[in-house]
Amino acid sequence: MENLKIETQMTNEPVFITEAKDFRLPEPLPMDCGRVLKEVNIRYETAGTLNADRSNAVLVTHALSGDAHVCGKHSPEDKKPGWWDEMIGPGKMVDTNKYFVICSNVIGGCAGSTGPQSIDPDTGKPYNMTFPVTTVADMVRAQKQLIDHLGIKKLLAVLGGSMGGMQVLQWAVSYPDMMQAVIPIATACQFSPQNIAFDWVAREAIKADPNWKGGDYTEDAVPARGLAAARMLAHITYLSEESMSRKFGRSLQDKSESYDYDFDFDFAVESYLQYQGRRFVERFDANSYFYITRATDYFDLTASSGGDLVKALEKVKAAFLLVSFSSDWLFPTSQSKRIVDALLANGKEVSFCEIESGYGHDAFLLEVDTLGKMVRDFLRYQQEVYHE
Amino acid sequence: MSEKRNCDFNSRRDLEIISSLVVTGSKVLDLGCGDGSFLRKLKDEKQISALGVEIDQDSIVRCVGNGVPVIQGDLNDRLDFLPDQSFDLAILSHTLQETRRPDNLLKDIVRIGKQAAVSVINFGHWRCRLQVAFTGKMPRSPQMPFQWYDTPNIHFCTLKDFRKLCQDLGIKIVAEYPVSGKYPRMTKRKPNLFAIGCVFVLEAEK
Repeated sequence: MENLKIETQMTNEPVFITEAKDFRLPEPLPMDCGRVLKEVNIRYETAGTLNADRSNAVLVTHALSGDAHVCGKHSPEDKKPGWWDEMIGPGKMVDTNKYFVICSNVIGGCAGSTGPQSIDPDTGKPYNMTFPVTTVADMVRAQKQLIDHLGIKKLLAVLGGSMGGMQVLQWAVSYPDMMQAVIPIATACQFSPQNIAFDWVAREAIKADPNWKGGDYTEDAVPARGLAAARMLAHITYLSEESMSRKFGRSLQDKSESYDYDFDFDFAVESYLQYQGRRFVERFDANSYFYITRATDYFDLTASSGGDLVKALEKVKAAFLLVSFSSDWLFPTSQSKRIVDALLANGKEVSFCEIESGYGHDAFLLEVDTLGKMVRDFLRYQQEVYHE
Repeated sequence: MSEKRNCDFNSRRDLEIISSLVVTGSKVLDLGCGDGSFLRKLKDEKQISALGVEIDQDSIVRCVGNGVPVIQGDLNDRLDFLPDQSFDLAILSHTLQETRRPDNLLKDIVRIGKQAAVSVINFGHWRCRLQVAFTGKMPRSPQMPFQWYDTPNIHFCTLKDFRKLCQDLGIKIVAEYPVSGKYPRMTKRKPNLFAIGCVFVLEAEK
């Protein structure tokens, strides 16, 4: 499981190499919707080495558009490293010289784990929209089998932001004995009506694309415009008024000084969104977008306790570090505070900080310094008390 | 609140007194805990289960570094997130004078803690009195080095004032530990005149 470090010829900077692995669940996976998912594959990556007593494993859970490739590069030629490479790697805040980091693609996704693009063993054809509706608890149930497979009885920590944070919370509730600590970042115990509304509009945009065809599109004619529009909408919710003003202002595209007097993109912010939408289509599947957004819509930790969050968190055992960001209006601080209050009401160990940031929801990927310091120190301390 | 609380413990007699009040293995809350070094010390020496409340982000980051659980919170707001009688001891040291409504905070602290240890700076100290009387200016001292216009200390009181407030709020003063300056014997006899501060142990009236 040792990761390789390869010197690139160009810079002599050591490149941290990670590789994708697959784990096929030995049994079909029961889903919350009542159906059973057969022949489930989990795509995952690991970084660092599991220590002798298996006490240094950190599970990282990814957000809506993330994947298993959390850090390092697959080859020295890769242009971009994993999605949280700034935070995780040798000598970084989550130091893979100390910790064994695991990240897996969620089921229902489109980056290696079983999802709508996978072949339905019953029909021999891709599931598309016949894939069972997936919940965050389903994703976590699948991850749990991966952790069992890796021979880890108790994780040091589960760590993730946004939808990743929902998985973290679900882990703490579903498997309270399986971790020492959890770090839910920029997240909530339930999706707000505003969030559900954004997801609805995003899916409507995909549905309105004639290429979507109820999900039965072909590879050469994907609903690119619909998916791009969905992504653009979502992307706005990840930024803040402040960050958009700072980044783009009202400046025009191509340093132009006058309006084009047409409806093509004119403003810098428009072309930025266009670019984000286009790039997203290259790496994401439209049907997966349905399933993953639905999983977040349905996420409600209080559902099983009649809306009572205090009761829902009664049995958790992990020490919590919750972090929110001041300009995040998608998962505002009040949502994190609600979780903090319920944990305190239960007498659980919890720390909470709202980090001052102008980046909006995206801050959880960008505020590496402050967030990273807290995560690093919290992990170090939790490792000290892991065996107590 | 953070700077003052990160000082070394030798210069803070009130913290020594509070330390001696902490029961081994008890649950202790520190309101305005700074970087958590006082709670860290109590954790190491008395194996307490600790929680800090702090407003300053950098101090919170350092608390986490000290392995002290901490919640971001403003002592000027109601502390509703802390359940009734959920701590054996709630500490508020050299902080009351910085809050907008000390009376509300005192009500809250005896609600949250079975006991509260509140250390206050004594504005009735003879040096303060003499400064006002003879210079005609607001008093300054090593404990309160600020000018009247830039001081974070907006609600000073004397020990007498503090006792009166507790009485009005129906808060029971269980014990008083005056912190003496240069004249320990005089402090014992006339704390409101000679103590530089005092640790009050409080309880809600049953």
